[in-house]
Amino acid sequence: MPQKKRKESSDLGLLALRRYLPYLRPYIGLVAIFGVAQLGSLAASAAIPKVIQQIIDGPITHHQIGQMLPMAGLLVAIGLLEFVFIYLRRNFSGVASLRMETDLRNDFYGHLQNLHVAFHDNWQSGQLLSRAISDIATVRRFVSFGLIWFLQTIVTFAVVFVLMWTLDWRLALAVVVCMLPIAYISKVFTDKYKVIARRQQDQQGDLTTIIEEMATGVRIIKAFGRMQLVQKRYETQAELLRATNLEGVTARAQVWSLLTFLPNMSLVVVLLLGGLNVIQGTLTIGGLVAFMSYVFMLAWPMDAIGWVLSMSEECRTASERLNEVLDSRPEIADRAGARSMERCSGRIEFRDVGFKYPGSDEWILRGLNLSIDPGETVGLVGRTGSGKTTLACLLPRLYDVAEGQVLLDGVDVRDLHLRSLRSHIGVAFEEPILFSASVHENLVMGRPVVDDAELKRAIDVARAGFVWELPWGLETRVGEQGYTLSGGQRQRLALARAVLGRPQVLVLDDPLSSVDVHTEAVIEESLATVLEGVTALLVVHRPSTLALADRVALIDGGAVVATGTHTDLMKTNELYRALLSQEYETSTQVPA
Amino acid sequence: MSAIAPADRWRGVASEEVDEFSASVAGLLRKRSRRLLASLARPYRWQLLLAGVLILIRSAAYLSIPYLVGLGIDSGIRPGGSGNLAALVEVVIALIGVLIVNAAANFAFMRLSGRIGQDALLDLRRLLFAHVQELSLSFFERYTSGRIISRLTSDIEALNELLATGLTSAITAVVSVVAITAILIHLDTRLGVVTLVAMPLVLALTAWFRHNSARSYRAVRRAIVLVIVHYVESLGGIRAVHAFRREPRNQEIFEDVNGRYRDANIWSNRLASTFGPGIILLGRLTTTSVLLFGGYLVVQGQLTLGVLTAFVLYLRQFFEPMQDLSQFYNTFQAAGAALEKLAGVMEESPTVPDPAAPVRLGDIKGSVAFEGVTFAYRDKPVLHDIELAIPAGQILALVGETGAGKTTMARLIARFYDPTAGRLTLDGVDLRSISISELRRAVVVVTQESFLFSGTVGENLLFGRPEATREEMIAAASAIGAHDFIAALPNGYDTDVRRRGVRLSSGQRQLVAFARAFLADPRVLILDEATSSLDLPSERQVQHALRTLLRDRTAIIIAHRLSTVDIADRVLVLDAGRVVEDGAPADLHQAGGRYGSLHRAWLESLA
Repeated sequence: MPQKKRKESSDLGLLALRRYLPYLRPYIGLVAIFGVAQLGSLAASAAIPKVIQQIIDGPITHHQIGQMLPMAGLLVAIGLLEFVFIYLRRNFSGVASLRMETDLRNDFYGHLQNLHVAFHDNWQSGQLLSRAISDIATVRRFVSFGLIWFLQTIVTFAVVFVLMWTLDWRLALAVVVCMLPIAYISKVFTDKYKVIARRQQDQQGDLTTIIEEMATGVRIIKAFGRMQLVQKRYETQAELLRATNLEGVTARAQVWSLLTFLPNMSLVVVLLLGGLNVIQGTLTIGGLVAFMSYVFMLAWPMDAIGWVLSMSEECRTASERLNEVLDSRPEIADRAGARSMERCSGRIEFRDVGFKYPGSDEWILRGLNLSIDPGETVGLVGRTGSGKTTLACLLPRLYDVAEGQVLLDGVDVRDLHLRSLRSHIGVAFEEPILFSASVHENLVMGRPVVDDAELKRAIDVARAGFVWELPWGLETRVGEQGYTLSGGQRQRLALARAVLGRPQVLVLDDPLSSVDVHTEAVIEESLATVLEGVTALLVVHRPSTLALADRVALIDGGAVVATGTHTDLMKTNELYRALLSQEYETSTQVPA
Repeated sequence: MSAIAPADRWRGVASEEVDEFSASVAGLLRKRSRRLLASLARPYRWQLLLAGVLILIRSAAYLSIPYLVGLGIDSGIRPGGSGNLAALVEVVIALIGVLIVNAAANFAFMRLSGRIGQDALLDLRRLLFAHVQELSLSFFERYTSGRIISRLTSDIEALNELLATGLTSAITAVVSVVAITAILIHLDTRLGVVTLVAMPLVLALTAWFRHNSARSYRAVRRAIVLVIVHYVESLGGIRAVHAFRREPRNQEIFEDVNGRYRDANIWSNRLASTFGPGIILLGRLTTTSVLLFGGYLVVQGQLTLGVLTAFVLYLRQFFEPMQDLSQFYNTFQAAGAALEKLAGVMEESPTVPDPAAPVRLGDIKGSVAFEGVTFAYRDKPVLHDIELAIPAGQILALVGETGAGKTTMARLIARFYDPTAGRLTLDGVDLRSISISELRRAVVVVTQESFLFSGTVGENLLFGRPEATREEMIAAASAIGAHDFIAALPNGYDTDVRRRGVRLSSGQRQLVAFARAFLADPRVLILDEATSSLDLPSERQVQHALRTLLRDRTAIIIAHRLSTVDIADRVLVLDAGRVVEDGAPADLHQAGGRYGSLHRAWLESLA
């Protein structure tokens, strides 16, 4: 996993949040309502003990029952106000933070979508999933509860302290002294919890990865009867997570017990000192009761401190994990000054192309030169793993060259707008990628509206007429990864997708490997008409498909070692013969 | 299936929506999830009891605080210098003791309840993961992997929240409410009765909340599934997304499903925002009534000021846990919706069940027979009354056009499905009487879908037989012709294949998948289009290897390219679920029937 190491920082989760706070900006109105309601609810909650004190000290002590009713009315009125304020506070903090969460997740997804393919190759999708779902939810929870409670706790402390001060400043001072250890306890706790939280979330991601692989690789697991092996892997990981969670539980239990101890302790001090004051007549009993109510008011925010601290640490690690993704810049993006290409004749040139995977020293392609004329179909032939697919991926910039250039109509593909470049290229991958969506959606993908006649033409070319027979025709959802379709059907759908909209350039990566021989022949016949006037790069393993190619390029050792027609190369090139001749004796070694 | 909304059009229509259910089954769902919860809690009943005792100690300590304060006020403090300092100090010392007990019990309880929660969660994870793995392929085809991922991650996470914090606050709250009720009634029965008058209102509010929040949280669970499925699929297929410029459309769809998730959350948040303060309001009203009535009693001289003060303080402690309870109830409802889904998965039973009393096969020879086998997939007949005996050691090729039923036959032999009628046997024993683990050791399928797990090449090979030695592993890879390219990788067999093996080309992945199958050393090997991505030399090498590797094994080979069929002893031509030709390749070729024309077509394709 890349970027595992992280900077040590001693700030609170608050600072890690800086980046996400702008997401609250559109909802500033909601936040304002929330702020007002927050103050209102605090004022109401603070006023209630005051009124109770006055009822006890006034009408009850002085036996004036008549005055009790209006004061009770006041209490009910304040209670109702409190209800309204708390409702507004909670509802609007919820709405604002949920909207923020949604926007953040949308942007996170958008960012991931724009990241280059090589990025996705390197990341476990489980890790990406746990970041998008649970880490973003953690940030939201901290914003909606944690941050709010943080502010509320500070405001409560300030308000309660002022109220206490007006009642009796000496007692207030005593309470403050009792609360001082909070700072130290908090520091020790956050230092410890920081480490736990990070491990927790990483382990959660690893667990998600195992789940994801089980769910997608279940056929293989079942084919080999390896359920127990996978179960064991999963359980080992789940046990690690449990152990980490338990560490978290212990740390939280410690800090919460200590933090609730402090206000209770100050209550005792208040009772003792306040009692003395009452005895000396400098404080009324009602005053003492009110003072104690205030101390009780502190108990709850104190309780919350432990919780908020753990939440803030979780939020910090969550945002670190998010940042790891958000800080990755798309390596394949529009350059400054990139232009679009309205029309394209389809002249392709690979000029001294070299490619290696990021972070690897191994050149997959090196010094590769190949030019293709408009309308020409070139077959790419090479051994398994020779880099044919990689070469094909360079044209639509699924990967970028490490050196050299790929030119389309004489323009470096990196100087074109990605969308413009890709609009001229139709791609069919060897492993057809279908999404859980309707056939129609899978064919059209991201292209502008396609008319029905064009759709029909593409389906006909790929001999994918079976789609009309599906229960709901083109509206039928082709199950996840096309489970309900056979391999050959999926490939034909992927081929129809590639030729849809008549792109000027076609990149077809062994597009018929799963199609039966009869269907292959029929598809090739119709493909031949499509390929007229279209530039095509055809990755092939079999001579049959090569009939479509005007010319063949043989790739070996990362470069084009020979070009020519199939017949020529069969005659002149030993390696080529070895790769494509059916009659070639199995005992003969492929020349190195 | 009702008409779909325009916004949903992209998803297309499918015959079954597993997630949809009518409100009338809600009761059943709740019962089901309660059963699951109870079975999870059962092993921890004694620990839960201990947690209850700790809670009682903690609550007793906590609740005695106002009582002691009241005592201190009544006995120690008298305005105007007439206080009893000694009594006050006694009370203070008692209070400190009580606080220490409170903190200690609090720590012990949180620790214990946290442990119970984590253990129960681990149990649930194990149980669910194992159960899902046991389920048959037909379940996976119906349920889709994104949905399974969502069940095993976000639904379990919802439960984690309940167990991590919810349980603590719930037990605390219940104990506090009960204890304080007792104290209130003990302090003053008349005031206590006034307090209890509020209870029906609390119950009514709770009933309203329960009904609505259950619906809202179900909506949340339904929505998150869509988010996860779209997320996983579209990022998994990122190449196609980029190549076809689908990013904006994907973004649109994602924002739509994510927005629905948000709206469901806003709904449930609004309900909780009403319920919580509602409870507080009821508390305020009760306090007011108590003050009015208590004040009257004090004026009448039937109550002391100290008792009234203590009562008011206790009331506060009565409604604070009530609020915790409302928080808990909220978490519980959220978890409840997740639990319903989980319980739903747990209730699924494998359609290909393990036999209760499996027949032991011992040494498996590998003869396979179809006896009157008919198979229908989703009510569509695929195979009709197949009679076929494959003697041990025979290499059988299945040929026929797409959709003829070749793959289905392969899957029936591996018992991914059971036949609709008739039976399949291995060494004369019905497959349904053989334990699944024994069957899987004997029969292995290699498909064109060469899925690799994250990890090293070696780990992926050993998936076939984890106990194999490194030499055996390398031998299997060499036999199939995969050793050379593996050895050339940066770290050889220890090279990480990256996500789904993207580091390797599709042909290389297929070679690894092949070697994995050979390492497994099955008696019966099924190759379903297993060489489709190989170049000709690799395919030739594989075929060459097959001649030796398949000696003394039964093999069923499905291939569109008839070159692979060359090594077969026997060819079966399938058409629309029926066997139309059966014989040695050379004989069939001569006879000039279906196989003859297929072979001709194939030869032409080579030209």
